[in-house]
Amino acid sequence: MIGEGTLALDPLVVGVIVAMALVTALTKVGGLWVLRRIEVSERLEAGLSVLPGAIVIAILGPELAAGGPAEWSAAGVVLLVMWRTESILLSLCSGVGAVVLFRAIV
Amino acid sequence: MTGFDGSDADHDPGDSADRPTDGPVEETRSSDGESVTFSREGVRAGFLTCLPVAIGVGGYGIAFGMLARQAGLSVAEAALMSATVLAGAAQIVAVELWAEPIPVATVVLTTLAINLRYSLMGAALGPWLERLSPSRGYGSLLLMADENWALTMRELKSGSGRGAFLLGTGIAMWVFWVASTIVGATAGGVIGDPARYGIDFVLAAVFVALAAELWEGRSTLVPWLVALATAVAAAELVPGRWYILLGGFAAAAVEVIRHDR
Repeated sequence: MIGEGTLALDPLVVGVIVAMALVTALTKVGGLWVLRRIEVSERLEAGLSVLPGAIVIAILGPELAAGGPAEWSAAGVVLLVMWRTESILLSLCSGVGAVVLFRAIV
Repeated sequence: MTGFDGSDADHDPGDSADRPTDGPVEETRSSDGESVTFSREGVRAGFLTCLPVAIGVGGYGIAFGMLARQAGLSVAEAALMSATVLAGAAQIVAVELWAEPIPVATVVLTTLAINLRYSLMGAALGPWLERLSPSRGYGSLLLMADENWALTMRELKSGSGRGAFLLGTGIAMWVFWVASTIVGATAGGVIGDPARYGIDFVLAAVFVALAAELWEGRSTLVPWLVALATAVAAAELVPGRWYILLGGFAAAAVEVIRHDR
């Protein structure tokens, strides 16, 4: 069903959105809340410090594995541009441009 | 276009330790000794640093808006979801699950599962956010999404002590996420297939760029390989988005074990 109303707010839809917002808010503040209440050892801190990159890789790995040569090559382009220029915007644009190009070729 | 370095260099002129060094990062234990501030300047720095990323995420927001509209949500409903949930992957999966009647439990539980990683990410910011008042710390976290979390992590690890950085990046994310959702939902069916314009690749591109940023040299290799192997295997074997959490946990666990040596 394609909703026609641009500004329509269905009560059930709003309810589901509010529920989504609540569980999401809970996940966002939950980690810090727990952390404030327990003592963190140096060992655990070392574990936490690798989380940023590890989660990025955990999201990225399956995402790229589901792609094909076009996506892999475009990811290489992003990496290369990022390495050279350190500009997020430039590497994003190159990557998106590259994926469109590679998809057309492959 | 100046990237991160420009905004870093603009401020704290007296602090030469401000710039991250490229050497092996030895225990970024900024929790000791160094103060964490919460200033307007920090908000501004975060906003400006996140701006190019937020613009990139806008491409993703347009895709979400279009998907939401196709799933039957109105522009107002799509915008409301973006404004209150602010979690790209979860929102896109949610509208993919959307049907008539709405599978409420599935949508809410899947949202929870996808976003559980935010607890880990919030905890990773803990050493700095703990030093702010609860309202500032928790309030900033509400605006946390993947991309601005990574930028904030990088900033705070560099030792700048800008506690308001997360809030600034969050504001940039929120503004562009909501605005691009409205654009996408309004454009609706006008643009046909997001894949034709490479919009579906924006998320992957953002993460490749962030991975390049987060690379800390050889010490990063083992935890990243563990995360990669775990996530790819779990994505095949476990339903939903649990693989993200599993990958993160596995890497952290390995690092905790390795810490002795």
